[in-house]
Amino acid sequence: MPEEARWKETLKQGLRTFAVPVLATVVGLAVGILCIIVAGKDPVKAAQAFVQAVAGSPRMFGNVLVSTIPLIFTGLAVAFAYRAGLFNIGVEGQYLVAQVATVVVGVWWTPPQGFAWLHPILALAAGAVAGAIWGGIVGLLKAWKGVHEVINSIMMNWIALFLCDWLLKTYLRPDNSRASSYDLQETAWLTQGLIPGSRLHTGIWIALATAVVVWFILFKTSLGYEIRAVGYSPGAAEYGGISVAKALILTMAISGAIAGMAGSVQTMGLNHRFNETSTLVGYGFDGIAVALVGRLHPVGVCLAALLFGALDASSPLMQAMADVPKAVVSIVQGIVILFVAAESLWNFLQKRSAKKGVPAA
Amino acid sequence: MSWALFTFVIATLRAATPLLLAALGGVFSERSGVVNIALEGIMLAGAWGAVYVSFLTGSAWLGLLGAIAIGVVMAGLHAIASIKYHADQVVSGTAINLLATGFTEFMLNRVWGQGGGSPKVASLPDIGPLNLIVYIAFGLAILSWVVLYRTPWGLRLRSVGEHPLAADTLGINVFKMRYAGVLLSGVLGGLAGAALSIGLLSRFVRGMSAGKGFIALAAMIFGNWNPIGAMGATLLFGAAQSLSTIFQLMGIEGIPSQFFNMIPYVLTMLILAGFVGKSVAPAADGVPYKKTT
Repeated sequence: MPEEARWKETLKQGLRTFAVPVLATVVGLAVGILCIIVAGKDPVKAAQAFVQAVAGSPRMFGNVLVSTIPLIFTGLAVAFAYRAGLFNIGVEGQYLVAQVATVVVGVWWTPPQGFAWLHPILALAAGAVAGAIWGGIVGLLKAWKGVHEVINSIMMNWIALFLCDWLLKTYLRPDNSRASSYDLQETAWLTQGLIPGSRLHTGIWIALATAVVVWFILFKTSLGYEIRAVGYSPGAAEYGGISVAKALILTMAISGAIAGMAGSVQTMGLNHRFNETSTLVGYGFDGIAVALVGRLHPVGVCLAALLFGALDASSPLMQAMADVPKAVVSIVQGIVILFVAAESLWNFLQKRSAKKGVPAA
Repeated sequence: MSWALFTFVIATLRAATPLLLAALGGVFSERSGVVNIALEGIMLAGAWGAVYVSFLTGSAWLGLLGAIAIGVVMAGLHAIASIKYHADQVVSGTAINLLATGFTEFMLNRVWGQGGGSPKVASLPDIGPLNLIVYIAFGLAILSWVVLYRTPWGLRLRSVGEHPLAADTLGINVFKMRYAGVLLSGVLGGLAGAALSIGLLSRFVRGMSAGKGFIALAAMIFGNWNPIGAMGATLLFGAAQSLSTIFQLMGIEGIPSQFFNMIPYVLTMLILAGFVGKSVAPAADGVPYKKTT
């Protein structure tokens, strides 16, 4: 095939893949605008606030990226598991236990002279391992006892919440009046201020590197092949000599590790401590939205994370300038997920392209 | 001592009530073959709807209807996405939960102009030591069992959750039964929300479902997708919850409250893994039905 035709084909395929999430996003934003109008606020003002919050200054853009970082990780975690046909709704729990693990290493371990660079690496590794264990248990129970991963991940989320709360209140904080753990030693902090004035930290590089690694594992290694094969058809994969049990456990462990890194990076780059939380905040649900809109592909995940990061980061300014309640962001997210999920709703798109002689995706 | 026991029983029944109503909703939805993790959101929206209507009309009874109405709307979205458009039911449920969070916060802000909670509204009456909604919940549990296991309609509902193709062959309308199951979960989930907001309290608080929908899900599983089983499970979970409160009140130290809070989740994982007892989901639970033509 000549170079140009191949390019065109790739482009067409890309358009087809992203048509549904883009349309769903448009519907979601439309509903968001409708909410703003219903609330009697000015949508134009809201849009101005959004633009200013996203691109008003380099500092503002830096803060959008700050919100994007955890979403890249959580989106990758959900997408990775989904490739094996697993729904990791346990991202939130994995995120929490990883934060605690990172705090333990970041507070109580002091790197020897000249090895300060090792501190963030070990703190990150501790978080990844904690997340991997938390996710791995779910994978193990699925492979061993056939228990559906969704139920167990939900259970593990709440167990993580109470466990971390207990650890914080019993061991991790200096006294009872404090609502957060000890501060991490500064050697375990990620460098902030990549864009002057913003809180953008080097976690963005870790996030992007993780996206590359996930892409590599999924599409360039035999493990990735096995994971995707199990996702298409576990029966056929087993018949083809792939150990489905091994793939399930590994997938959940790796997905958990990625989710854990979200918690670690957030702790090392932004919070520098573990904050008391009385309920689940929804990092995991954000990850689901990002993964679905990103079509389960690392590149798509990064773009979707940027979109939701922008919505997230702009909501304080939209509230201040146009009096738009923060809740609109949740509504937009919910609508987007619903419309991406209701796949056959968009069948008419495929039919049309099929008529034009393009093979169905 | 007898006073402590009395307090414990009352606290247990109160804690179990919203969980039971939501768990019954879960039973109807999942027995028909539609996984419903949207219960959390349905409950939250129901809690809001109850307070909103009670606030507007001054009648808690109409509030109850308001809760049911909004519960049905939320469940209806889930039903359309997952039955008609074959959405992944867990994804669709997640979307409903997000929508409910956003919607209730948005309306809280819009109606009462504040983020934290609503003013006090008319609530359901107490009968003896317990609120009316407690009796309703336990009555509905028995009624649900009768409907599911002693009526032809119940048999049909269960059959589309076990083997939809066979049911279809016998002339049962799989889609209609599934819509009925999910919408009923909206009714019961909405009531569960009302139990929280105008039953046990008399106002709406932001995010007041606080994971109770997920405990209800656990109770449904622990009770083996059976109304009476779910009742037992919610009583057990309610007891765990009130025991921790009573221990704290009596100043008994040693077992941190967080461990009591974990009990429902840990027990559910254990029973699912078959370490204690056994629990089996309806065979076609979560599988979209597509008519082959």
